[in-house]
Amino acid sequence: MAFEALAAASLCGFTQLLTGARPIWRQPPMLNEQRVYFANHRSHGDFLTLWASLPAPLRKTTRPVAGADYWLTSRLRRYIGEQVFRSVLIPRSLGRHQPNPIDLMSTALAAGDSLIIFPEGTRNLGDELMPFKSGIYHLAQAFPQVGFVPVWIENLGRVMPKGAFIPVPLLCTLIFGEALQLQAAESKQEFLTRTRQALIDLAPVN
Amino acid sequence: MNLSPASITLLQLFAGVFAVLIAASLIGQVLKRRAHSEASRALVDNLNARTNAWWVMVGLLGLVMALGESALIVLFAFISFQALREFVSLTHTRRGDHRALLWSFFFFLPVQYWLIASQWVGLFMILIPVYGFLLLPISAAIGSDTTRFLERAAKVQWGLMICVYCLSHIPALLMLDIADFAGRQLHLVAFLILVVQSSDVFQYVWGKLLGKRKISPNISPSKTLEGLIGGILTSTALGASLFWLTPFNLWQAALIALIINVLGFFGGFVLSAIKRDRGVKDWGWMIEGHGGMLDRVDSLSFAAPVFFHIVRYWWAT
Repeated sequence: MAFEALAAASLCGFTQLLTGARPIWRQPPMLNEQRVYFANHRSHGDFLTLWASLPAPLRKTTRPVAGADYWLTSRLRRYIGEQVFRSVLIPRSLGRHQPNPIDLMSTALAAGDSLIIFPEGTRNLGDELMPFKSGIYHLAQAFPQVGFVPVWIENLGRVMPKGAFIPVPLLCTLIFGEALQLQAAESKQEFLTRTRQALIDLAPVN
Repeated sequence: MNLSPASITLLQLFAGVFAVLIAASLIGQVLKRRAHSEASRALVDNLNARTNAWWVMVGLLGLVMALGESALIVLFAFISFQALREFVSLTHTRRGDHRALLWSFFFFLPVQYWLIASQWVGLFMILIPVYGFLLLPISAAIGSDTTRFLERAAKVQWGLMICVYCLSHIPALLMLDIADFAGRQLHLVAFLILVVQSSDVFQYVWGKLLGKRKISPNISPSKTLEGLIGGILTSTALGASLFWLTPFNLWQAALIALIINVLGFFGGFVLSAIKRDRGVKDWGWMIEGHGGMLDRVDSLSFAAPVFFHIVRYWWAT
């Protein structure tokens, strides 16, 4: 475990050096509250940058949710994904023998961990935030006491856009908004629209 | 240890600057005791943060100058890198610009400073204005995204000109051969930096003491006419009093100091206009109390090329 912690710390340090990532908290981080951080997704580096921007004690209890198809393809990736980041790896294509992603995420939440999710479902290469997948609503329904924190990741998509091999060393900013909860009698569509709007509202005006 | 006369002169200069910093820190402590309201406390805290950052910046510059000319070139390459980083982070670029940005950061920036180290003046002067100007839009066009193409190409070129080309004229002073001034080029670098940066400080001080008439609230809410005139006159006087550091006589030093101070002011002014347009106060957050790297060197980037050409035209052989 000690080696994994060291690997995680050095990856975080490297990421912060490379991206200059600066977190801005609209509401100070709660060290003992369970959270689901949901962010816009434009780059493979997103979850690492978000994870590295969390205060160290929160990092220990926060698990990124990532696509199994990417993280299980090689032994090194599997090791980093499962051991270093303790990711919750979910299948992205639904199959009969595949475990249900919501169940996997719920298990982690039930164990008391916090999660990092990207409700757009896949990396977004356009300019507008895509509609959210319904998973975030099902999680909110199963865990009404958990706060859902929107996190706008600014610039990371420009550091390393899809198809690029060399990153441009821009400075990234992560804006953490106020935690949201599912309201009584709120419909699925209402919740998805509200959380998506909360994330859009955090984005700096271009 | 045997120090050359040129090094002893620099040492004396830095001793003087450190004496001023000690005085500034002491004044800061006195003001801190006397600040009672919320607003004045915030002002004094910012003042002290700025002074502390000056200690670090002057110390670093002194150390680099003691290490020699190569270290100075490396330092300015790093300053350009950080400034360009801040500039591009705040300007809107698109996926199609990725290649042009890679060229800027990893080719034009290092090559520009390598040309200084290898004393290649001719290519140093045209690399970015000619070759960067032509090659960057080509590589952006290969990204085959035409959205706001001219605007994007202009932004990349502009960032490279301000953050790399203009700033590189500070260490470029090392390339100049001046009669009876051999081995003392670092003094010109010290003169330029000291005069222009002190102008920023004096404008701040005079503005806080006497400032009433705002020059342009839209662009720079804290800049006042009183601060501008007081600051430029004071640092012009400082420049004149430092003529012994340079190949200039007293009047030449005063006139040159005046020119670079005015340019330095407009450098800060123009870059403020860009910041306002982008809706931010500072370019970054690297230097406590000052904002980003580009906030600190904006005036130098406008003053340096003109200073370089004045010295080159009238003094260099």
